[in-house]
Amino acid sequence: MTTPTIKLDVKAYLKNFSNVGTIFRKELRSYFNSPVAYVVIIVFLAFIEWFYASDMFKVNLATMRDMFSLVPWIFVFVVPAITMRLIAEERKAGTIELLTTRPVHDSEIVLGKFLAAWALICISLLPTLVHYVTIAFLGDIDNGPVVGGYLGLMLMAGVFVAVGLFASSLTENQIVAMIIGLAMMFALMILDKILIYVPEFMNTIVEFIGVDFHFSNIARGVIDSRDVIYFASVLGFMLYISTISLARRKW
Amino acid sequence: MAIAVRNLTKYYGREKAIDDISFDVKSGEILGFLGPNGAGKTTTMKIITCYMPPSSGTVDVEGYDIFDHALEVRKKIGYLPELNPLYLDMNVIEYLDYSARLHGMKNSGLKGRMREMVDACGLSDVRHKDIGELSKGYRQRVGLAQAMIHDPDVLILDEPTSGLDPNQIVEIRNLIKKLGRAKTVILSTHILSEVQATCDRVIIINEGKIVADGTPEKLQQDFRGAETISLQLKTKAGNVMTDVFPKLKGLAQVENVQYGGEEKEAHRFTVHTAKGSDLREQLFRQAVAEGWVLLEMSRKSTSLEEVFHKLTTAEPVKQ
Repeated sequence: MTTPTIKLDVKAYLKNFSNVGTIFRKELRSYFNSPVAYVVIIVFLAFIEWFYASDMFKVNLATMRDMFSLVPWIFVFVVPAITMRLIAEERKAGTIELLTTRPVHDSEIVLGKFLAAWALICISLLPTLVHYVTIAFLGDIDNGPVVGGYLGLMLMAGVFVAVGLFASSLTENQIVAMIIGLAMMFALMILDKILIYVPEFMNTIVEFIGVDFHFSNIARGVIDSRDVIYFASVLGFMLYISTISLARRKW
Repeated sequence: MAIAVRNLTKYYGREKAIDDISFDVKSGEILGFLGPNGAGKTTTMKIITCYMPPSSGTVDVEGYDIFDHALEVRKKIGYLPELNPLYLDMNVIEYLDYSARLHGMKNSGLKGRMREMVDACGLSDVRHKDIGELSKGYRQRVGLAQAMIHDPDVLILDEPTSGLDPNQIVEIRNLIKKLGRAKTVILSTHILSEVQATCDRVIIINEGKIVADGTPEKLQQDFRGAETISLQLKTKAGNVMTDVFPKLKGLAQVENVQYGGEEKEAHRFTVHTAKGSDLREQLFRQAVAEGWVLLEMSRKSTSLEEVFHKLTTAEPVKQ
């Protein structure tokens, strides 16, 4: 099927970056207009307080490493719930037809929606800074891993949101979008933990694809270009195929 | 020419939704797109608005091609899709603001234009309500308001009055007339009175092909069949079948006469006459001459409804 080729005019694109902003604001506002944002933030904090903060003092070390290894697993369950509606809901309601017949690039739609969901995740991470303050007050915390940990979490959230957005672009059913997203994120999380089931020569590749492997590198406080390239390319790739999937106009 | 549609064909899988459609729409014209469900109206509109590409053929909107200048085309068009999809969790003002900004309107001018549209569409009472709380009639107004927020040259309205009650239909129709002044409008419908009430020109489409194109009056004329006149008369004559019937049948241009039975000494007849003729006067004179008491006489000619029915149920008519 031929798609109307929308010539990518970079200059016009930058001038119209306000489109991304408009979509971003609308999506973020609709998260906060509905219970979604609040439920996400509360669930997120509840998990962290339950599993991490309750043991924080028993560990008796001035570190947040336990939190940084816990949060990705919360992401796996929370991010699909946030991203499932992004495109599927518009497909179901038919508003996709209005949105895509505005003078807006498909990539701007994808980017605006991506940034909104990512921002929501980052916002729900903010309250966890309380633990940093507590620990820094009580002990001598090494700031490197903390900065790395938060940076890693944000990058990981970005990748997960992009994956969830792609899942949402595949279907008009939000539940299906959520299950696909959850499965993909779960797979990305466990890839570097199932290396024994993988032929040995593929170990490095599989490990490299797994998101947790790169996250733990960064969370150690070591920012390696390989990890940054990994996050950037997976994120870019997911956004790219989401754009293509959005452009697929059939039903 | 505001819109030029050239040899448009669209396949869904192996099924042909529209088949080699071509037509032009002049600037300022209100074009009614008429056809039964599944005839290809919506598909054609979705292609013109650049929602999806045709399998072959192209469309030119205000000089911009849908393939080469999709964004320019979209700027020119205000679109109300079928079933009027809306974000139910946004309020009216938020939604219009969102629509306007996506059309590239900036803060300056945006406020004024929004106020203008809210007033024009009669939305001022509900402007801070969530769209989900609005009645169907109000939602339709919101749909029209968003389609016109950027003052487009071309309006594409897919069944703008479907699902409304008769009063709301009249309201929305008037709104379209008012706001569509000096705009090029394509509106699709399967309600015929709508076409007669609002459109300058009608295209009837059936099974993906254009089967008729012209003003509502012209179509009525072109596809006019035999006229019928129904009569009710009293007569002193003993036997209606031998005294009255042959005399009616004997009139010039009468093709057929049917007897409709007797009711309180009054006899009913249906007189079929040749295309375009009007025999009422002759019938009256005949009745006077014969001493019949004429109780009722009415002439019926083909309505647009019948034209439509004829065109969309029978074999496709060759143009």
